Amino acid sequence: MLSLTTSTVAAEFAYWQTSGFKLLMAFVAVLIPAGTTVYLYLFKMVSFMQSRLGPMEAGPYGSLQLLAELGKNAQKEDIVPARADVLVFKLAPYVVLLSTFLLVLVVPWGPDAVFADFDTGIFFALAVSSVSVIGILMAGWASASKYSLLGGLRAAGQLIAYELPLVLAVVGVVIQAGTLNMQGIVAAQIEGEIFGWGAIGNPFILTQIVGFLIFMVAVQAELTQVPFDMPIAESELVSGYMTEYSGFRFLMFFIGEFATANIFAFLAAVLFLGGWGVPPFVADALFADGNYSQWMNVIGPLVMATKMLALTFIIYWVRFTYPRFREDQLQTFAWKYLIPISLVNIAVTGFLKVVL
Amino acid sequence: MTAISERRQLAYIAAQAADARVNIELEAEGMTLNVGPQHPATHGTLRIVLQLDGEEVVGADPIMGYMHRGYEKLAEVRTYPQVTTLINRIDWLGSFANEVPFILAAEQLMEIEAPARAKWIRTILFELARIANVTLFLGDMGVQLGAVTPVFYAFRDREYILNQIEAATGGRFHPNFDRIGGLKDDLPAGWIASTKTALDEIRDFCDEMEELIVGNEIFEARTRGIGVIPADVGLSYGLSGANVRASGVDWDLRRDSPIGQGQGLAYDELDWKVWTHPDGDSFARYWVRLQEVREACNMVDQLLDGLPGGPIMAKVPRIIKVPEGEAYVATENPLGEMGYYVVSQGGLEPFRVKIRSASFSNMSITPWLLKGTYVPDVITILASLYFILGDIDR
Repeated sequence: MLSLTTSTVAAEFAYWQTSGFKLLMAFVAVLIPAGTTVYLYLFKMVSFMQSRLGPMEAGPYGSLQLLAELGKNAQKEDIVPARADVLVFKLAPYVVLLSTFLLVLVVPWGPDAVFADFDTGIFFALAVSSVSVIGILMAGWASASKYSLLGGLRAAGQLIAYELPLVLAVVGVVIQAGTLNMQGIVAAQIEGEIFGWGAIGNPFILTQIVGFLIFMVAVQAELTQVPFDMPIAESELVSGYMTEYSGFRFLMFFIGEFATANIFAFLAAVLFLGGWGVPPFVADALFADGNYSQWMNVIGPLVMATKMLALTFIIYWVRFTYPRFREDQLQTFAWKYLIPISLVNIAVTGFLKVVL
Repeated sequence: MTAISERRQLAYIAAQAADARVNIELEAEGMTLNVGPQHPATHGTLRIVLQLDGEEVVGADPIMGYMHRGYEKLAEVRTYPQVTTLINRIDWLGSFANEVPFILAAEQLMEIEAPARAKWIRTILFELARIANVTLFLGDMGVQLGAVTPVFYAFRDREYILNQIEAATGGRFHPNFDRIGGLKDDLPAGWIASTKTALDEIRDFCDEMEELIVGNEIFEARTRGIGVIPADVGLSYGLSGANVRASGVDWDLRRDSPIGQGQGLAYDELDWKVWTHPDGDSFARYWVRLQEVREACNMVDQLLDGLPGGPIMAKVPRIIKVPEGEAYVATENPLGEMGYYVVSQGGLEPFRVKIRSASFSNMSITPWLLKGTYVPDVITILASLYFILGDIDR
């Protein structure tokens, strides 16, 4: 058995030092993965899928394109529509980004590498992910544009509808792990055994495959990505609630959208793929001396990043392959299919948990 | 003096009233949504004023003319050979197809007949223009429904056809190649073989689209039963082309008009089929166009195999004077029936040219068709009706 005792490294620093370090790392945890996936998938992979090259000029293979985009958006005029509700209009992107930063707080990166280790971590994550709905509604309403209003209302309806399957898909995992704590869920997967065979632990994707699929579909909808991108639908609502935003505020929506995609992928990695843990047989081979938990604080984030990249790949692959659902169709899909299936999944999981 | 100012005042009041009618929000609970003139779904500057109740459309009013270029009037001050430069720009995705009916009308008035080889090459280029045009539609329909990738494939594979058009005519988009009495040039060496390779690419593209779009459940859910046009309604609104064939009307000017039957174009010597679909919905319109691209590939293949020899230009006077008379020639263009009514008074320039463009008539059904649909379906329907702005506002 592996020990997951927490060490006391943090105690050597002053409170303000750890806080400052955590603040810095929160920005790193949000922005670096977002930049990586945007460049890797949104710029490059999608370009190859669409038989084009993507950005090639800024830096080798366009790798500095993101900086160029940043500079471009920072230079643009910050336009506020004439009849907009100025304060609400200006606040909306911050609210959306706030939900992203709140989400990242509970994601565990290693035995000690976690911003806040709540007992009800996953519950907190699902709760704060809904904060972005408020921001989107604010943006849709305050823009004083009909397209934005339609987009905002669609987004609100959709996000609320897909919040349920998202939560219900997680319930199966929580039942199996027996805890809402994110570290506990990771530990349950690392220490778990498949009928007494513990070489790869027990990643919940094996037992909760239905939950995993529902979670990924709901995530796609929460992110308003194709095929659930009715709220931003470029070809009809001209980007919906983002229509009137320009410059840096648009960039904040943009970061919020893609950073949230990564953090949902991190969450999925924690819930279904074993989080920061490596399969025990690998860990046993690498850390024969049992000094496991110290090293995992370094390796954990890399493991998480790998799993996140695999999951975001699916998100973007789907995004650039499918047409979008109509509003009523995606509501039907949520209420008539996803929610009943996830309820059945919970019932079966609960039954098996009691029986086995 | 007073009469003029009075008339001006009245015109001003009328314009104000028209603006007010369009802009005012009529019902307290309703909302007026301007789709366009700048909107990605309108491929240009079409404006559709939607009266919405929630997301349901209770009234739709297409407003055209934002890109009116006055070609009918401009044609009156240009000689016949010069007119083709203008009318190239009507349906800019299938330019060569615009030239043919006008040239045929002029030929009819002058009682000139192009030699067989010219007719066959005209037919080849006509069908290539159709492929280039509709290929883009096949990908663009995906974009309108949210699938971004197909349109890139469409642009990529349309390039093969554009290259062939460029190789033969010198112009990728605006060939300006058709002449009264024949064609400007003969085909370049090796063109036939390279065109056949290009056609294979398009056939692959069609298969790809069938897999990517037609076989997609979401696409079917978004298009089946959306924007159903019954055959009689479609005909009474003057719809033509694939829009009406998708409603089960077996009518194609390539087969059903004397022009297609050897008088101007060589469709009578080919073995081909007019595709129809009984449903009349957006899916049917997409499907029919997909089949038509495949059929056009087969037609071009046959034309290339059986291309007759001989001259490409009939005996035509150096200065083209068209004798007095009038002629109406319509052909089955990529977008539907396109016709030119040419009136000549015996001069160097046409006295009057009336252009019957397909998209203009196809648009006329939108108020009827959009009523009772939802905003997302508006986009589906507009995309599936497939109009080109240049073809609406000449």
